[in-house]
Amino acid sequence: MFEQNPQLIDHFLHPRNVGKMENPDGLGHVGNPMCGDVMDLYIRVKDNKIIEAKFQTYGCAAAVASTSVLTELIIGKTIEEALEISHKKILDVLGQVPANKNHCTFLAEQALKLAIEDFQKKQK
Amino acid sequence: MRRIYLDYAATTPIDPRVLKTMTPYLRSVFGNPSSLHYEGIQAKNAIEQARQKVAQLIAAKPEEIIFTSGGTESNNFALKGIFYQFPRGEYQIITSSIEHHAILEPCKFLESLGCKVIYLPVDKDGLVNPEDVRKNLTSQTILVSIMHANNEMGAIQPIEEIGKIISEFKQKNNKSYPYFHTDAVQTAGHLPINVNDLGVDLLSMSAHKLYGPKGIGALYLKKGVKIKPFMHGGEQENNLRASTENVPAIVGFGKAAELAKENLEKEMKYLTGLRDDLINQLLNKIKNSQLNGHSVKRLPNNINVSIGGIEGEAMLVSLDLKGIACSTGSACSSNILKPSHVMMALGLEPEIAHGSLRFTLGRFTRKSEIDLTVKNLLPIVERLRKISPLKVI
Repeated sequence: MFEQNPQLIDHFLHPRNVGKMENPDGLGHVGNPMCGDVMDLYIRVKDNKIIEAKFQTYGCAAAVASTSVLTELIIGKTIEEALEISHKKILDVLGQVPANKNHCTFLAEQALKLAIEDFQKKQK
Repeated sequence: MRRIYLDYAATTPIDPRVLKTMTPYLRSVFGNPSSLHYEGIQAKNAIEQARQKVAQLIAAKPEEIIFTSGGTESNNFALKGIFYQFPRGEYQIITSSIEHHAILEPCKFLESLGCKVIYLPVDKDGLVNPEDVRKNLTSQTILVSIMHANNEMGAIQPIEEIGKIISEFKQKNNKSYPYFHTDAVQTAGHLPINVNDLGVDLLSMSAHKLYGPKGIGALYLKKGVKIKPFMHGGEQENNLRASTENVPAIVGFGKAAELAKENLEKEMKYLTGLRDDLINQLLNKIKNSQLNGHSVKRLPNNINVSIGGIEGEAMLVSLDLKGIACSTGSACSSNILKPSHVMMALGLEPEIAHGSLRFTLGRFTRKSEIDLTVKNLLPIVERLRKISPLKVI
C-alpha cells in the first residue's frame, strides 16, 4: 500500500522518539479508539524551546509515521516556531499519502497544538 | 521476494486448469451464442455445458442458473428483481446486520423506495438466530436474505433452519412467498451446497472466489419463482439478463465449479487443518488476542483474530512489507473511520474491532506459509505494541 513511499515506510518501521515521558511539560492527547487513531504527544520545554518530544500512537502506518515526523520537526523549535508547524509541513516531509490518510497529519497537528496549550496552561 | 497470499476471501488466483479451458474461447471460438451459424452454436454449447457444471455444484437444474457479472450483480438482481415483481404496496425484507455491502446497499436503496428492511442482529459468535427470522415474518414480508457464511469472520449461518421456518410460514398462511435468498459467494465451491436442502429460492455465486475468472457470477433462481429482469435488451439468459454472454468467463466458471466439486471434501479437510493450526498458533503465541466468529461453524479457510492494543492496518502494512498479504476489519483501511460493521455487530469494543486481522487460506496455501506468517507477525505485534499508548493487560 505504501511501498512507493520510502519516507513513510521508514518513519513507520523506525519511528523516532517513541515512548512515554515522565512529568512532561505538555501532553497532547487526541483521537479515540472508535476512529482507530489515538495519539499521545509529550513535550519538554526549556527557555521557551522544545528540547525533547516523545510520542505513542495507536493507529495505522500513516498515523505512526505522522507523529514520528512531527517529533522531529518540533525538537529544537521555540513554542512560537512550533505553533507554525501545520499538517502541511508534516505532509511535505512524509511525501505522498493516500487521500484518505490526510486526517492522520491533521491529528498530529492537533496533538501538537494541545501539547503546547497544556504547557502554556501549566505556566500560568 | 516470494509472496505469501492469505487473502483468498478477497479473490483467488485463477487455477491454471481453468485458464487452459478458457484460452480457446479468447482465441478461435469467438462466436456470439445468439448466432445461428456454426460459430454461434459452438459458443452456445460451451455456455450450456458450463451452466450444467455450475448447476451441479449446488445441486440445481441448469435452467435455474442465470449468469451475471458477479456476486454484486447477483445480489442486486435478487433483491431488486423480487421487490419489483410485486405491485405497489407496503413490503418488508428481512436481512442481517453482517451482510456484504452488495446486500446492504441494495437494501438501503429499496428503503428509499419505501420498502421496510429489518436488519437482524447476530450473537457474539456471529450467528443469526433463526427464531429472530420467525418473529419478524409478517404478511408483508416478501424476501428474506441471509448470507450463507460471512466473508469477514467466517461464521456459517443456519440457512437450513431459516429455510424451514420460512417454508412453515408459507404453508401456514397458504402463500407463495416470502422468498428466501442467500449470498453464497464465500461458500459456493467451498462448502457442500444443495439448494433443496438449504430451502432457498435464490442463491448468489461468484467465480473469482473459487479459482475462476473475475467478472462472472451466477444467480440460482428456483424454477417457478418469478423475478423482474435485471438488464433489458436481448433475449439472453431466458430474457432475464440481456447482454451478449461473456463466453470465456462462463467457460472458466464452469471449469472452476467442476474442479471445486471434485475436490470439495478433500480441500475442506486440508484447509480446516491449516486453519486450526494458524488459529492455535496465533492465540497461544500472542497474549491478549482473540478469535472472532464461531470456532466450529466456520468457513474452513477463515481465520479472524483481534490483537489487543494495536490497529489492524498497521499490522497489515507491516506484513505486506514482509511479503504477506492479508486483510483487516479496521476501517482505517477505507474512507470511513469506523470499524467494519461486521466486527461491530459482534459486539466488540471499537479498539478490538480495529485490531482485527483476517487470513483466508486457499488451494495453494502450504503449512510452511502458515508458520512463516506467525514467525513474521510476532515481532510486528511486539514493535507496534511498544509504539501504542493503549495498554495490553
